[in-house]
Amino acid sequence: MSKRTVELHWGKHHQNYVDGLNKQLATSMFYGYTLEELIKEGYNNGNPLPEYNNAAQVWNHHFFWESMQPESGGSPEGGVLQQIEKDFGSFTNFREEFICSALSLLGSGWVWLVLKREERKLSVVCTRNAISPLALGDIPIMNLDLWEHAYYLDYKDDRRMYVTNFIDHLVSWHTVTLRMMRGEAFVNLGEPNIPVA
Amino acid sequence: MALRTLASRKALVAAALGGARPLPAARGVATFALPDLTYDYGALEPAISGEIMQLHHQKHHAAYVANYNKALEKLDAAVAKGDASAVVQLQSVIKFNGGGHVNHSIFWKNLKPVSEGGGEPPHEKLGWAIDEDFGSFEALVKKVNAEGAALQGSGWVWLALDKEAKKLRVETTANQDPLVTKGINLVPLLGIDVWEHAYYLQYKNVRPDYLSNIWKVMNWKYAGEVYENATA
Repeated sequence: MSKRTVELHWGKHHQNYVDGLNKQLATSMFYGYTLEELIKEGYNNGNPLPEYNNAAQVWNHHFFWESMQPESGGSPEGGVLQQIEKDFGSFTNFREEFICSALSLLGSGWVWLVLKREERKLSVVCTRNAISPLALGDIPIMNLDLWEHAYYLDYKDDRRMYVTNFIDHLVSWHTVTLRMMRGEAFVNLGEPNIPVA
Repeated sequence: MALRTLASRKALVAAALGGARPLPAARGVATFALPDLTYDYGALEPAISGEIMQLHHQKHHAAYVANYNKALEKLDAAVAKGDASAVVQLQSVIKFNGGGHVNHSIFWKNLKPVSEGGGEPPHEKLGWAIDEDFGSFEALVKKVNAEGAALQGSGWVWLALDKEAKKLRVETTANQDPLVTKGINLVPLLGIDVWEHAYYLQYKNVRPDYLSNIWKVMNWKYAGEVYENATA
């Protein structure tokens, strides 16, 4: 991901969402809400209110920057790897599914690794435009921006290369581990294997 | 051998027609071809860069055409087998790629180099209709720009003729949804692609600049012709 892309994506796109949201909140009934509350309330069960888009995009982009780390990627270790192997069969399967999902999204949106509350497992989901898994009740673990502005300067129309580079070189499994740990406080993933003495 | 010669001659004919008509293949499923532009990639500069035009036409539109053809083949197979769920599942891919082909085919005709009349405001019937339905040409441009800038995500902004109500309207559609998804009586006169790929390399995130500049290469002559045919 080039410096120019990050400059524009963070400095202009993300910044515009922040400014736009602040402007809206000045005269909105949502003034004082936290970002997560804004997303859940603003989603309004599929009929998003005006503040929703800016709030969700502010959250999504912040989550995105933290989902990455320079010269990272590769594969996770320990508990996260175990959970991925349990829910996808193997890390390779997960990687394939992530790439496939990302490529099958029509239009703008995001691809996520989420922890599903009901099913109590990890899953790859795609959302359109600014829709957030938070609004749908799940716990986001990692995401990738599939809006064209996220990759056009570096990859033009080659979304496949962009997604592959992300999963192979940029995704921060360290952050994923932290988020999983936090997520496990809300979702019971089963009994731990405590070895008998 | 003879069949192949026949097919290639039809390919030449279809190319001459601008690819608007599908090529009938031996099996019976019509395939679509990428229409050619009537101007060079760089001819719309500085409003739209040659780099964007080339990528937009040769990569994006070509991909819609290729994927549309693939989807139609799968649809044909599913229909022949009577596989209802497969048919239904293909609908979103067909709408997306087919819509992409339809929309972009209109878009290329909506643009014209300045040297060939691009940017000249509409006259006569369409001009009067614009004054009547929007107040003035400037008001229409302002409305289209506002709706185009406000569109979240990817989509198109259209100047449409409502054939039944006999009025002009500004409409937006999401992703590659064709204009008819907003109303069965709507005829597209002008469409502006506001997907980021249409302007990002040149205008970066400043979509409003792209919108205000594209009017300089707008082919109002074409829009006028469509309007007159639809209201004849």
